[in-house]
Amino acid sequence: MALEHPTLLEVKGVTKLFGSLRACDDISLVVSKGEIHSLLGENGAGKSTLVKMLYGTLQPSAGEILWKGNTVSIADPAYARSLGIGMVFQHFSLFDALTAAENIALSLSKSIPISQIAEKARSVSLAYGLPLDPDALVGDLSVGERQRIEIIRCLLQEPELIILDEPTSVLTPQEADKLFETLERLRDEGKSILYISHRLDEVRRLCSRATVLRHGKVVGSCDPRMETPGSLASMMVGSEIAQVKRDGFAQSKTTPKILLSVQNLSQAPAGPFSMALKNISLNIEAGEIVGIAGVAGNGQGEFFDAISGENRQGVPETMRIRDVNAGKLGVSERRMLGACFVPEERLGHGAVPSMSLSENLFLSRSQSDAKIFTKMKPLGVVNNASLEVASKRISSTMDVRKNAENPAAGSLSGGNLQKFLIGRELDRSPSILVVNQPTWGVDAGACARIRQAIIDLAKGGAAVLVISQDLDELFEISDRIAVMNHGSLSVPLPAASVTREQIGLLMGGAAA
Amino acid sequence: MTLITLEKRSERSAFFSALSPFIAFGLTLVFGALVFLLSGQNPLTALYTYFVEPLSEMWSLHELAIKAAPLIIIAVGLSVAYASNNWNIGAEGQFIAGALAGSIPPVMFPQWQSIFTLPLMLVLGIIGGAAFGAIPALLKVRFNTNEILTSLMLVYIMQLFLDWMVRGPWRNPEGNNFPETRRFNPSAVLPELFPASGRANWGIVFAIVAALLFWFILNRTKRGFDIKVTGASPRAAGFGGIDKSRMVFYAFLVSGGLAGLAGISEVSGAIGQLRPSISPGYGFTAIIVAFLGRLNPLGIVAAGLVLALTYLGGEAAQISLGLSDKLARVFQGMLLFFVLACDTLINYRIIFGVPKLPQVKAV
Repeated sequence: MALEHPTLLEVKGVTKLFGSLRACDDISLVVSKGEIHSLLGENGAGKSTLVKMLYGTLQPSAGEILWKGNTVSIADPAYARSLGIGMVFQHFSLFDALTAAENIALSLSKSIPISQIAEKARSVSLAYGLPLDPDALVGDLSVGERQRIEIIRCLLQEPELIILDEPTSVLTPQEADKLFETLERLRDEGKSILYISHRLDEVRRLCSRATVLRHGKVVGSCDPRMETPGSLASMMVGSEIAQVKRDGFAQSKTTPKILLSVQNLSQAPAGPFSMALKNISLNIEAGEIVGIAGVAGNGQGEFFDAISGENRQGVPETMRIRDVNAGKLGVSERRMLGACFVPEERLGHGAVPSMSLSENLFLSRSQSDAKIFTKMKPLGVVNNASLEVASKRISSTMDVRKNAENPAAGSLSGGNLQKFLIGRELDRSPSILVVNQPTWGVDAGACARIRQAIIDLAKGGAAVLVISQDLDELFEISDRIAVMNHGSLSVPLPAASVTREQIGLLMGGAAA
Repeated sequence: MTLITLEKRSERSAFFSALSPFIAFGLTLVFGALVFLLSGQNPLTALYTYFVEPLSEMWSLHELAIKAAPLIIIAVGLSVAYASNNWNIGAEGQFIAGALAGSIPPVMFPQWQSIFTLPLMLVLGIIGGAAFGAIPALLKVRFNTNEILTSLMLVYIMQLFLDWMVRGPWRNPEGNNFPETRRFNPSAVLPELFPASGRANWGIVFAIVAALLFWFILNRTKRGFDIKVTGASPRAAGFGGIDKSRMVFYAFLVSGGLAGLAGISEVSGAIGQLRPSISPGYGFTAIIVAFLGRLNPLGIVAAGLVLALTYLGGEAAQISLGLSDKLARVFQGMLLFFVLACDTLINYRIIFGVPKLPQVKAV
């Protein structure tokens, strides 16, 4: 089938250097008209760098890009769009305070009245099964809805090639299914799609061709439908990846000990863009992993901030950490009780992008490990030597790949930074770990590593709370799963007996 | 067609971060020469008069130290505020508040002359400046007001308050109705360092100690880390357990307190009494100093000396070339403009012409 279709895009020997690092090394691939072509690879494999060159935000150091057979030099995204290349980024570039339609208008070069754009957006969203209210403020929307804006924005430009960077990492299974239908419809209309994902079953379902990258090089190309998830994964990481082992925590104790307890947590929304929390109660025992499922934007972020103490509670008893009433304590004091936190946003929340890894280590542990990381007590002098030792230890334990000894956090790929941020907390051997979206935008190899680390931590007797939109992940690692919907939390159900349908219904707001 | 393109660098350029103040200074000289040319002067002679002559004699080096001291002290405080994303534009007002508070002992109790007089004045000066700086901090924390506006507006209030004080309650009873306070008694005067060769006083020592102290705090301590994280990423600062409101107060108390110290040092050292106007805009010029010094206290020492030179050069140009002393403002303005423009080079590279695919030889 692919043979009948002419070549739309050809990449010939493209190389991109960052200093001495070869982010892309002599990459060649061909995308035909009307195919969904997958770009597979671990984080740091060079996928994002490659598509940035195709979209004109980066310039190749060497090599050629051919569009419909002609060599092109894609100087900027505007030129890429004029060629007919559209892109949906992994990290959205939307203004919170503007409506969906206004955000779309901003990216269109022609000046068209907002009402017309809203109308067009509405019709496109209906045609492709991407429900969206063009007049909604972006700040009010969930991550999944924001992605729809990006996709619609892209479709309005009527591109011939659409590049999607990790599109399903924020979607519910139902939402993802809808997206697949949309993509298949687009393919049938003759559009080409370059699909970047690390979810192998998706790639196998959707794509007729896959190019696999590793360490900036093409290591293979295949028809993913002919492969197994295992064979694809081992192509990506270069070896068989370890399956996450889950033996279950040996419940030897007669009375399980509750380490983290939330009682009747209610909270008004902090602003126009945030969700109220409604009477949430939850107990987590030692050795247990509780997963919280839910569609993005249903109060998960607010719940995380409430547990971490970035948002404190008025009543001390609302939050109990290891039998201490912690409602009025701040994030550092809660850490000193043995709790650790990994937020959803890596850059700008969990880490300062411009600061080095060791400085970012200091960020979350300056108080809880003051004895190690500061010296000359009244002065509070930062002990850089011990910070560097610790960050080196974390990097090697978690296999963080980086291009310098102590690089800025912002220069790491998403998966590597996430491994570091999880490692930063695990390095403390916490008795409570709360983590929001542990593997969002993280490749298969890093994913397995992170999940295994979380399981091992619980096995050692810690209480773990995992907030995630990835149901597979929750079923893989959790003992119990609760669902967050509109700021309320369902009763946690045992992961072994609950079905995906039940969880899906709860996510949609139905009673269990 | 694009003729000049700015391409974002993948990392901040350390090279241009260090070089950009010098490029800015060079551009200021070039355009300064143009200004002199337009006003009918020989640009080279004029530049010599403006920038070199003040450095050629011992007494004028002392004057340089006198002018640089308040600029450095204020700018060091401002660098703490700016690094933490608190935009204190009101150092001029805090400078005057410090001068007024510190002048309470010599003006109201002129008979009290002891070795404690001067230290008390300095402490009162710091408290006065810090207290006045606390107002925009409180407004920001409680009502979420924009500190740029409030701190700037408070400057004019304090300037008029000083004017009223020296014309009214604090006017020198033996001063023939001149709008000034009585002259400070000897125990209230900041001593000169080397009286034999010039007027420079302990102010420059305060400046250097303040710069070293805050360099250490910013670069070596937890507090400095907190300041930088708050400036770089407020959300991450919250995650790190850094109290945002406390940081606002810290920034304004430090920058206000140092401005107040500069104010009382200036009044008790260089002037010796309060007058309607005690500052040639030090509080505003210090903003330029802070940025020219890259918000780095050690860089600020150098930048303070450069800006002090523009004041001296302005005076020299007025005396020997007959040019307006507003020329100093022109030079300061150009310098700030070029510093900000050159800072673009740190994060961007300039490409002339339409960018093409650079060819890299196969390795």
